[in-house]
Amino acid sequence: MMIKYIFYFLAFVSVFSALMVVVSKNPVHCVLYLIMCFFSIAGHYVLLNAQFLAAVHVIVYAGAIMVLFLFVIMLLNLNTQSEPHKSTWLKFAAAITSGLLLVILVGTLKGSETMVMPVGNPNAGLIKNLGNTLFKDFLLPFEVSSILFLVAMVGAVMLGKKEIK
Amino acid sequence: MSTIQAIPLNWYILLSAVLFVIGVLGVLYRRNAIIIFMSVELMLNAVNLLLTAFSSYRGDSAGQVFVFFIMAVAAAEVAVGLAILIVIYRNTNSTDINFLNKLKW
Repeated sequence: MMIKYIFYFLAFVSVFSALMVVVSKNPVHCVLYLIMCFFSIAGHYVLLNAQFLAAVHVIVYAGAIMVLFLFVIMLLNLNTQSEPHKSTWLKFAAAITSGLLLVILVGTLKGSETMVMPVGNPNAGLIKNLGNTLFKDFLLPFEVSSILFLVAMVGAVMLGKKEIK
Repeated sequence: MSTIQAIPLNWYILLSAVLFVIGVLGVLYRRNAIIIFMSVELMLNAVNLLLTAFSSYRGDSAGQVFVFFIMAVAAAEVAVGLAILIVIYRNTNSTDINFLNKLKW
């Protein structure tokens, strides 16, 4: 029973903070709400017995990516006054469109309640099993992702330079 | 009693769908390019949560390895995207995406 309430709480926090990211006027508040959302998603990972992913999620998203966002927002000196506004008509259209998408996504779930999934190893999220999969079955993609990082790093430095010849 | 017995998988699918739709709403609703970036991150996280839920319920580590790779791609994407954003700001003095309409048919 306890787990159910924890799930309700985390789900409420994540949906609420995600909504606040979209509707907040001040970009700094958006970043802070997004960090809150990421922490609640990390809580979901712990609940799902994926402790390694929870740790990596907090370190990479809340630690690295959001600090980058915060730096850029403070560098560009964005605040409520500089925030551009869409017309009410376009906002209404955006709400209708995403609402319809939600209806479709939830509608496809109908009838799936009775489906049964075969049960495998319950400790799949522990570091030992995850490492075994990562370094046995997915060794090549793992190495290729290091090249991706190198390319992203070179690209970011090149774009950030003052003069591009 | 573990999460897998206490909570049906459908709830996680529902939660991920709601988070994804909020991300889509953010992309359509806002004009500030940085907020649009954040909404894209939100969508990526919704997919990550869904993959983790499926992987845990199925008892297969491969899904969580995919989440790991998605995190790596998201980190690279943010680095390049924010660099592009700074270049845009240097040229237009704004992060409003409506100034970027040169490629619009």
